[in-house]
Amino acid sequence: MEPLLEVRDLAVEFVTQDGIVHAVNGISYALREGEALGIVGESGCGKSVSALTLMRLIPTPPGRIVRGEIWFRGRDLLKLRDEEMRRIRGHEIAMIFQDPMTSLNPVLTVGRQISEALELHKGLDRKAARQRTIELLEMVGIPSARTRVDDYPHQFSGGMRQRVMIAMAISCEPRLLIADEPTTALDVTIQAQILDLIQRLRRELGMAVILITHDLGVVAGLCDRIAVMYAGYIVEEAPAEDLFADPRHPYTLGLLRSIPRIDEPRRERLIPIEGMPPDLINLPVGCPFAPRCAYAVDRSELEMPELRAVAPGHKVACWVDVREAVADGRRA
Amino acid sequence: MAGERDALATRGERATPPDGQSEAPLVEVRHLKMYFPVTQGLLLQRRTGWVHAVDDVSFHIRRGETLGLVGESGCGKSTTGRAILQLYRPTAGEVLLEGEDLTRLKGDRLRRMRRRMQMIFQDPYASLNPRMTVGSIIAEPLEIHGLARGKAKQERVAELLRLVNLNPYFANRYPHEFSGGQRQRIGIARALAVEPQFIICDEPISALDVSIQAQIINLLEELQAQFGLTYLFIAHDLSVVRHISDRVAVMYVGKIVEIADRNELYEHPLHPYTQALLSAVPVPDPRVEKRRQRIILTGDPPSPVNPPPACRFHPRCPYVQDLCREQEPPLQEVRPGHWVACHFWREVGARAVVRPAPS
Repeated sequence: MEPLLEVRDLAVEFVTQDGIVHAVNGISYALREGEALGIVGESGCGKSVSALTLMRLIPTPPGRIVRGEIWFRGRDLLKLRDEEMRRIRGHEIAMIFQDPMTSLNPVLTVGRQISEALELHKGLDRKAARQRTIELLEMVGIPSARTRVDDYPHQFSGGMRQRVMIAMAISCEPRLLIADEPTTALDVTIQAQILDLIQRLRRELGMAVILITHDLGVVAGLCDRIAVMYAGYIVEEAPAEDLFADPRHPYTLGLLRSIPRIDEPRRERLIPIEGMPPDLINLPVGCPFAPRCAYAVDRSELEMPELRAVAPGHKVACWVDVREAVADGRRA
Repeated sequence: MAGERDALATRGERATPPDGQSEAPLVEVRHLKMYFPVTQGLLLQRRTGWVHAVDDVSFHIRRGETLGLVGESGCGKSTTGRAILQLYRPTAGEVLLEGEDLTRLKGDRLRRMRRRMQMIFQDPYASLNPRMTVGSIIAEPLEIHGLARGKAKQERVAELLRLVNLNPYFANRYPHEFSGGQRQRIGIARALAVEPQFIICDEPISALDVSIQAQIINLLEELQAQFGLTYLFIAHDLSVVRHISDRVAVMYVGKIVEIADRNELYEHPLHPYTQALLSAVPVPDPRVEKRRQRIILTGDPPSPVNPPPACRFHPRCPYVQDLCREQEPPLQEVRPGHWVACHFWREVGARAVVRPAPS
């Protein structure tokens, strides 16, 4: 079956005073209908830029799409005219962000903001749009939706605002929901509510989800597949269970070792990844993780490895077989 | 006590071994209250209410120990930290450092006590003066407290930089030249400059990237072992708190609802809020996530301006009964060292299946 979304060799850069920032450096992935893909990585790894590019929301300039294709339901989004893209945005692909306050209009009631989209994309009249808006607010779990529909964004708490954003995002029943750090600004009990909601809506509406986060725990519960990004590259991609049970990239391995887990007794010492992520203006020639990598070989510094399959559905961009290297290390 | 022994074993020698029960605690907080006025109007500000940020909180911290203080935003954990250091003057209550009540001190006497307690802040971008060199940032407390001058001061700055694993050569640079993790090291060096006994770490790693967090946690642990430091570690990340703390206190809307040894709290939480909090933390393992029972609380935490009467957790509590709406549960010791503020801790504790068995 043809995938819902296929990203091919996408590269994005930004022209700044200090030089060209190589934010996304040739990433490829695909997403089936109804599937949930997690994209994890630290700040500056390109996870948000790649998602904004899907929505064609990168300001150009300073941004620049260097190469690549984004196929969504038979069309290359990068080749669409602006008004064609506008029809897809919000209608077929919707996006929610970390901070709902900056994405909501403070001077319009939340009801007006949602029903506007319904009138525009769905052609509903004002009354029908309002009725549907109330249903949507109920669906995302906003108590007394019938009265709260006339409230302004500042009258909602952070968690409730994120629910409003989600109601707006699903109002046109998109095939794909992109959630960029949707719970990072929220407390952990509220985060659990929102993740639960996204999971439920995904099942009910059958929509695909791309969840972008720095938190490995968040993707573990929600996603079918996970891609790990570092310095603008996807360095590992695998079904969720395989990625955590059998990480094959030194960076993934390093991340998992460095975080304490709430369900485990205390480890003696955390094993941090030494050093810092590279400067995206002066990227190293070879593997960008090589300077911090305990397993790096000569070739790592000379050449960036391609993603290669190591198991069904499990791909990794590394010259070294980490499993072997770890085993050798134990013997030595 | 097992928790403390294993902490000792894993952290090596401490300068001052925490002999818990027999020794007086280093820090003692008694009935601490911190209220802030809510005002209305521009010119004639009328007070229309109080924010009950911290409302009758008591705990102690033993010498060489790390007490974790957790809770969600607005629960009063950071305010508690600031009120202990007298950065806010508490509305009521006592804060004893080695028996001396800081709330009664002023001027020079308070300044002298401040040498013994320092703070590490969350945001290493906002807490360092961008117009000062790293060297002068670290030297400033040495000057204020008259600890070193001239060449000795420069040497001390270099020594402090080495202590936090930074190059002494960095002393001449400015904060903007450093990454978040390096800035946090600078903040730690500054805090260490006056050789404090007690450090309040207020969300010290929340602003840092995942791969950098472990570096800072390890550094804090090394420094604690080397200098016998006592920490109050304020954080919302419960996994990190489990790692670094000997004991943990949980706050909810200005009150401590539970306090216990680390392993006891995480393995046998007795307060329904602690249980919900622990169950909400995602575990980076899909197999565990699939088996886990998550307690999803309804609604948001209440405002500290009008906290709910009686038990403050009752509007969100899955086990709520009439008594909870009528009477505030006292914080009581129900097992040795395990304190909980819940009328029904027995029933709640028996139903706790929060933590999955380690696979």
